[in-house]
Amino acid sequence: MAVCIAVIAKENYPLYIRSVPIQNELKFHYTVHTSLDVVEEKISAVGKAMADQRELYLGLLYPTEDYKVYGCVTNSKVKFVIVADSSNTSLRDNEIRSMFRKLHNSFTDVMCNPFYNPGDTIQSKAFDSMVSAMMVQAS
Amino acid sequence: MSPTQWDLPPELCCRPMAFVALTGLDVTYNAIHRAIWDAFCANRRADRVPISFKVLPGDHEYPKCRTKRTSYEWYIPKGILKTGWMNKHLNLVPALLVLFYELDWDDAVWKEKQSECATKVEIVRTSLQGRNTKVAVVLIQKKTPLPPGEDLVASERAASLCNACDLSGKSLFVLPHTDHLVGYIIRLENAFYEHAQTYYYTEIRRVKSHKEFLNKTTHQLLFVRHQFKIAFFSELKQDTQNSLKYYRTAYSLVHELRTHETNMLEIKTMAGFINYKICRLCFQHNTPLDAIAQFRKHIDLCKKKIGSAELAFEHTAWMSKQFQSFGDLFDEAIKLGLTAIQTQNPGFYYQQAAYYAQERKQQATHLCAHEASVSYPTPDHLETPSGALDFYGQRAWRQGHQSIDPPHMEKEKGGILALQMKEKDVPHSELIIALLSNAVAQFKKYKCPRMKSHLMVQMGEEYNHAKDYTKALKLLDYVMCDYRTERWWSLLTSILSTALRCSYLMAHIKDYITYSMELVGRASTLREEQKSRIEKNLIKVLMNEVPEAEPDCDQASAKAAQALWSDRMSLAGSNEFTIEVQDYVPFVQCKAKFLSPSFHVDDPVQLHVYLRADCPHPVRFSKLCVSLSNQEYNQLCVVEEPCKSQDILEASSQENMCLVPGKTRIYSFKFVAKTEDVGKKIEITAVDLMLGSDNGRCVFLNWRGGGGDAASSHEALLAARSFKSRGRVPEQHVEWDTVSIQASTMIISRIPKISVQLSHEPPALNNEMYRITVSIQSNEETVTKDVKLTAGLKPGQDANLTQSTHVTLNGLEMCDESHPALLPDIAIGDLQPGEKVEKCLYVRCVTTGARIFLFHVAYALSTKVEGKDITCRCHKDETVTIETVVPFEVAVKFVSTKFEHLDRVYVDIPFLLMTDILSASPWPLHLVTSQLQLAPTMAAMDQPQSQVEHVVLQTGECASECFSLQCPPVLNGTSSVASGQYLISWKRKSWCADAPVVTTVTTLPHVMVETIPLYVHAELPSFGRVRESMPVRYHIQNRTGLVQDVEMSVEPSDAFMFSGLKQVRLRILPGAEQEMLYNFYPLMAGYQNLPQLNISLLRFPAVSGQLLRRFLPSRIFVKVHLQCLAKARFVQYTTDCCPMDRVSHLSCRSLQFIQSDHGPLGCISDQSSPCMS
Repeated sequence: MAVCIAVIAKENYPLYIRSVPIQNELKFHYTVHTSLDVVEEKISAVGKAMADQRELYLGLLYPTEDYKVYGCVTNSKVKFVIVADSSNTSLRDNEIRSMFRKLHNSFTDVMCNPFYNPGDTIQSKAFDSMVSAMMVQAS
Repeated sequence: MSPTQWDLPPELCCRPMAFVALTGLDVTYNAIHRAIWDAFCANRRADRVPISFKVLPGDHEYPKCRTKRTSYEWYIPKGILKTGWMNKHLNLVPALLVLFYELDWDDAVWKEKQSECATKVEIVRTSLQGRNTKVAVVLIQKKTPLPPGEDLVASERAASLCNACDLSGKSLFVLPHTDHLVGYIIRLENAFYEHAQTYYYTEIRRVKSHKEFLNKTTHQLLFVRHQFKIAFFSELKQDTQNSLKYYRTAYSLVHELRTHETNMLEIKTMAGFINYKICRLCFQHNTPLDAIAQFRKHIDLCKKKIGSAELAFEHTAWMSKQFQSFGDLFDEAIKLGLTAIQTQNPGFYYQQAAYYAQERKQQATHLCAHEASVSYPTPDHLETPSGALDFYGQRAWRQGHQSIDPPHMEKEKGGILALQMKEKDVPHSELIIALLSNAVAQFKKYKCPRMKSHLMVQMGEEYNHAKDYTKALKLLDYVMCDYRTERWWSLLTSILSTALRCSYLMAHIKDYITYSMELVGRASTLREEQKSRIEKNLIKVLMNEVPEAEPDCDQASAKAAQALWSDRMSLAGSNEFTIEVQDYVPFVQCKAKFLSPSFHVDDPVQLHVYLRADCPHPVRFSKLCVSLSNQEYNQLCVVEEPCKSQDILEASSQENMCLVPGKTRIYSFKFVAKTEDVGKKIEITAVDLMLGSDNGRCVFLNWRGGGGDAASSHEALLAARSFKSRGRVPEQHVEWDTVSIQASTMIISRIPKISVQLSHEPPALNNEMYRITVSIQSNEETVTKDVKLTAGLKPGQDANLTQSTHVTLNGLEMCDESHPALLPDIAIGDLQPGEKVEKCLYVRCVTTGARIFLFHVAYALSTKVEGKDITCRCHKDETVTIETVVPFEVAVKFVSTKFEHLDRVYVDIPFLLMTDILSASPWPLHLVTSQLQLAPTMAAMDQPQSQVEHVVLQTGECASECFSLQCPPVLNGTSSVASGQYLISWKRKSWCADAPVVTTVTTLPHVMVETIPLYVHAELPSFGRVRESMPVRYHIQNRTGLVQDVEMSVEPSDAFMFSGLKQVRLRILPGAEQEMLYNFYPLMAGYQNLPQLNISLLRFPAVSGQLLRRFLPSRIFVKVHLQCLAKARFVQYTTDCCPMDRVSHLSCRSLQFIQSDHGPLGCISDQSSPCMS
């Protein structure tokens, strides 16, 4: 389960960012923002080799003492970032992948909404509840 | 910084090297000894054996060796590792002791010297009592030794010396003091190194041998200690592989120790030491992943071992140090050639170290918040008798104590208090900033700009905590724009809030205003009430009052800041600020636009400035001015309203100078452009908005160009994509996002009301004076003055066209090269409304092809714009493309007098020149005349007269001429000669008589001229008659300087009888002419071949009869005899009209004739008709 989920636009500004409310929100924002360094690097490294065969899932971006940051980038260069607690060792790669898939599907739904402006922050309730389901439940 | 408690001891961090002590060297006063010592310690590069040398006096005292324990049964260890142990083996107890002694083999007083040496060895041995240190003796000799075995004295005396000193032969060395000192020294030290290795080997064996006496319950500490010692000795022995193995065992043993609060620090300290050694060796073995894995394991194992809660800061300090030293190791390894990657570089460890340092600081402030009355405990529990600890990681007040509970509760409390008091004095911020800047340097190296920015923000915040606001602002300012351009508003807001606090505490007015402006603007994610508070503060500053303190400022600093602000307020001057807001996201947005990308000079230029405030409260401004590239207009684009300073807050929404949040306000300006600016661009260079007032404090918000800020371009892009933009908006309401900036406009000339028409007859003919009639009609309502026409070839075309085009107004004479391609400014004068003027222009195009001609009519006109009289210049351009074609083609050919084609002509023999003029012009051409200008190598047979004079050629028609010519003799047999020129004078038929005649010159082709030795020509009547003799005279001319033998014969012919010499051979003198006369008697009518004349030249076999025959007629027309003709007519009549039997009485012969010559009858009747009549 994630502690922070973010959707980042192609131009690297946040479209959606949500973290577990109990903790320092700003810290997660910084974590997501700094992880973009790695995402950018990965995209540019792969871009040179084979742009079309690129896998969307970028895997573990970088480990910190407390969190693990995973990334995924769509073909239109929209990035998804999931931050998970390092102590949560039960979280496997497969689960992360399926979380990204869900996130991507839900994001696609948002994009399909004719009243959504590409580039605006996401305010969809459906997207919100999907994200909530993937977050660690603050108990 | 002085070493702190947490720094790793230097003896741990250095690379252990075998320790060899040298005695008997007097390096201060003895030059030879000095040289030897220098050779040992200078230039110790990697290729030399790792030994650390030290010169010690002969009577040096070495650390005492304690009596060896025989049993561990009752022994309870007091700690894991003594603090002095590593240093002892690195620097105090040598592995090998070398005694230097000056002694030559043939020394005079050998015996005495030998015993002195033995005494010295004995002294050294005694001081090393109990140690396994080896002793070696080096004899410093003046003489070069002989090869071993040859010097019998030497070997004998060496043996006796060994005996006297109780040395093995391997421990006695000779050092001849000669030229090759360094070479000898290197050999010596290799030998020393071997001895040292043996020493460490035995030490390892000795420590290992203790193991069997240990038991697991009481001697757990010793297991760790022994493993550490073995590992350390292995390192001294340079056996790093085994060393690593032993350290790893030691590491796992450390974690098997029973942990409790009293020994937690000791265990962590040792674990940290061993971990450091392991990581260091792993990096050294180039297995960085092992190092990282070990470090991760270490951190995971130790993370939770906090120890005493009252000293929690100690744990974080230790953790921070662990990360820092690993970062250092990593960095060092990189410097030695390891490659790191973006996600695994020392920066992360420094960052984590900084994070723990921050935590340490928090815990310290929390745990060390003693009341002022609490003073440092006396006696100082941290003092020890020796000034240092006996064992690593123990408490000063209970050294060697290993039980679970502290022995003295009082002492324990006092000790903890003392530690807490000491922690208070630690410069936490300094430590954190140092770590962060280390991390920044690393992340910069590994392409992590965002991580770098994040760390710089943390550094800025730390400086803020450390009250170094200037540095804090500098850092925050530096990174702010990164977050702004990436549009991470939440992060930007947080940074801005910190920056605002800093600038408040420093009473830095300009920064304070700048940050406030952005914080109340749309990019800020602050809550409404926060924004409202900041805006009120901002207004206070504008009114020259002291703003309220920012939240989260501590009391003391806030108070100091208040005082600073009051000082600032009382200071006069420096109350005007200009803030370039373009690169921020200020709370007032501005967009300026010209209503059109271009304005005619007779229309007023219109300019709108859109303003919008995003702050929570309405804001009032006192001046709005637009700066334009031509500053003369600036005064026309100002809105100003002096307001009293106290009015700022009570702004009403009705007023013009007040911006209501969320509403777009439009200010429109209108001015008349200057006529000098026609064709120029007018740009908005800046828009300035003045907030505040002159008597308070005023701030100019300055937008470069047409407004916009750091966020507006992206917003405009989004708005363009938005579905909302497609909806209709009410007329009055301006949708902010749809306003686009138009920062420049062109001033263009007034639309001309004049018509320019061209009439001409295309295409133009090459070289003619082509006439184009331009008619200009004024449709203006007033008089157009100073009308000028510029006409001719449009500039900017191929440069060759300029050379080959000439324009003139005078159509009566041909123009030449001196005429230009473009006639500028032909004065036409003034035109009344409706007046029309025509102008003829003549163009001569020397080459064919298309040309673009320009007709530019310019004039001045007075008009009134916005009540202002201006004189504007207008112009109208008309262009036309004209094709130039050749008027006709001229073809020339040479033919013989018999109209046969000639590829060469013969000297003095007449021939014909035929010219064909084929009209290619679409218009009828009038050929005025033609003229043949012959070259000196040609001569006309008669006066050549033009045969095509005044001929008119329609399209596609052809006019031909024929001239009879002859070539004078040429020098050598054959040569190519020029023929001359053919001139045709012509003009268009449609043009008037006085139009100039164009002369086209055609150069005639060259022709081959050949000299001929013999010329024959015949003189004969133009026709013959049947049975009427006709005389034929052949003239044979000898054209050579030789006598010619000519053989002539006439062949018989069916059609002729003839008289004359049938075959003759004659001789013709040079230049003479022979005449041969024949009488031909034609037998048949019609075209008949003449009897063939064969001539052969005996001297010139090349000149064949065939060639000569070309000069002679081959046929002649023979007419019917007159009597015969009458009969023939009759026959014709009868054959046409009567039955055949009626003709039977006609003479047979006549009939025959009629039948055979039926063909030419009709022809004859035509030709002879005048005779008949």
